[in-house]
Amino acid sequence: MSIEAVLHLVGWALVLFGALLAFLGAIGVMRFPDIYTRLHAASITDTGGATVMLLGLALISGLTQETGKLAITWGLIMLTSPTAAHALANAAWSAGVQPVIGPYRIVKGKPDAGSPEADGKGDA
Amino acid sequence: MDFATPFDINTAINLGLLGILLAILGGIITTRSLLAAILLMSVYSLVSVVWLVIMDAVDVAFTEAVVGAGISTIVLLGAILLTRSEALHIKWQDVIGPAAAVLATGALLLYAAIDLPALGDPSSPANAYVGRLYIEHTPHEIGVPNIVTAVLSSYRGFDTLGETTVIFAAGIAVTIMLGFGERSLSDLPADVRAPNFDNLAESDHHVILRVAAKMLAPVTILYALYVQFHGDLGAGGGFQAGVVVAVAVILHALVFGLRDTMHAIRPEVTRGVSAVGVLIYAGVGVIGMLNGGVFLDYDHLFPVAFESGLPGSHLSGGHHHWGQHFGIMFIELGVLATVSSTLITVFYAFAGRSSDAEVDIHAAHAPPAADAPMRASGAAKGGAGA
Repeated sequence: MSIEAVLHLVGWALVLFGALLAFLGAIGVMRFPDIYTRLHAASITDTGGATVMLLGLALISGLTQETGKLAITWGLIMLTSPTAAHALANAAWSAGVQPVIGPYRIVKGKPDAGSPEADGKGDA
Repeated sequence: MDFATPFDINTAINLGLLGILLAILGGIITTRSLLAAILLMSVYSLVSVVWLVIMDAVDVAFTEAVVGAGISTIVLLGAILLTRSEALHIKWQDVIGPAAAVLATGALLLYAAIDLPALGDPSSPANAYVGRLYIEHTPHEIGVPNIVTAVLSSYRGFDTLGETTVIFAAGIAVTIMLGFGERSLSDLPADVRAPNFDNLAESDHHVILRVAAKMLAPVTILYALYVQFHGDLGAGGGFQAGVVVAVAVILHALVFGLRDTMHAIRPEVTRGVSAVGVLIYAGVGVIGMLNGGVFLDYDHLFPVAFESGLPGSHLSGGHHHWGQHFGIMFIELGVLATVSSTLITVFYAFAGRSSDAEVDIHAAHAPPAADAPMRASGAAKGGAGA
């Protein structure tokens, strides 16, 4: 097995792993109780998943012009994605959204637990 | 496309994308929140971009990405800042008529779609006559690698002049309705004159946004220039580059406040430049007429004696069509000027109006409130003149 074939295999594995990370992040966005934890799930898996995917693509493309473009793309994602998450969290905090603190219970039929009432229950 | 094997990978991907688009459409129709609807429309555009890329229509995909997913979302968000973010409740009896009209139109379109030629069918009207001529003649008549640019800027330059004029007219229409947003520059009382993030929180919450915006805005404009001058070779051109420039300016306004941006790029300048762009475009056409050609005939952009003296000119045995090269470059610059400054003007109009609204709120709730709902409205605007 040539070194290129190994790099291709590892690259594709990394791309699939990145896709899996992004998928897990999407599940987290659906399942977590309030905007802050949801943002946590979304932003970390978004940045990390994209990083892993781009790394995999770089391994597949080898040392070519494409790798440079992928590196620039990675820099852009590392700059914008955490900033966007920060801006969202900042806006939510400025708007007075309180995080849900305390033991997290799944309340059936009440998926949006970010409201003040849910917060009160969480504290109890 | 081979319809005999319905489940090859391309068809599967197309069907998957179609399913996603239908799901998003369902979300747009059913949601009561206009904010959610706008964001879903942005997602719809992004999925369409994937589809267009799969169909190798990269120029269209690029335009859809910057216009559909980018600037339209910003303008629509600016629009709901001026109205309300929840849809009015409508009685179902009132929906019957419009719904029937929409369904009838959709059924007609589906019926018409049966007669559409298959994707890439070489004998279809679009590919057989004039399309084939463009593909055959572009290398030795225009000499630019991107045939889309050759068709858009040269063969159908008159249509593109019309499109540029439409954008200019749209900017005029918006500013006639909303004003230029200049009141947010002058008439405001001092305590609300710079209603950016500084007023919203005592501590500086936004240093991260500032740093990121400072790093992104120049790179964005650099990228716009790349898109502008790379349009002959790859996907891009004046329309896309103009939108990207406008987005960089809007990013500055969102983070640093509308007033700072308006001082850096004056509203009267953007107004003027958007007219100058159309003039540049039409002027290039008139120069061709003065040199003995027809309107927008770039082969006559330069006098024959001058062009045949240029290095590698096709008139003296070379392969460079300098008239076409420079004609396309000049009209693309005109398009860039009109599109970018019209979009900035439109943004100023919307954002300036919402800072007027903010002043009204301030007047109603004196003293300038620091309570949570106020801060909410300011932060949610993301400084769009908040």
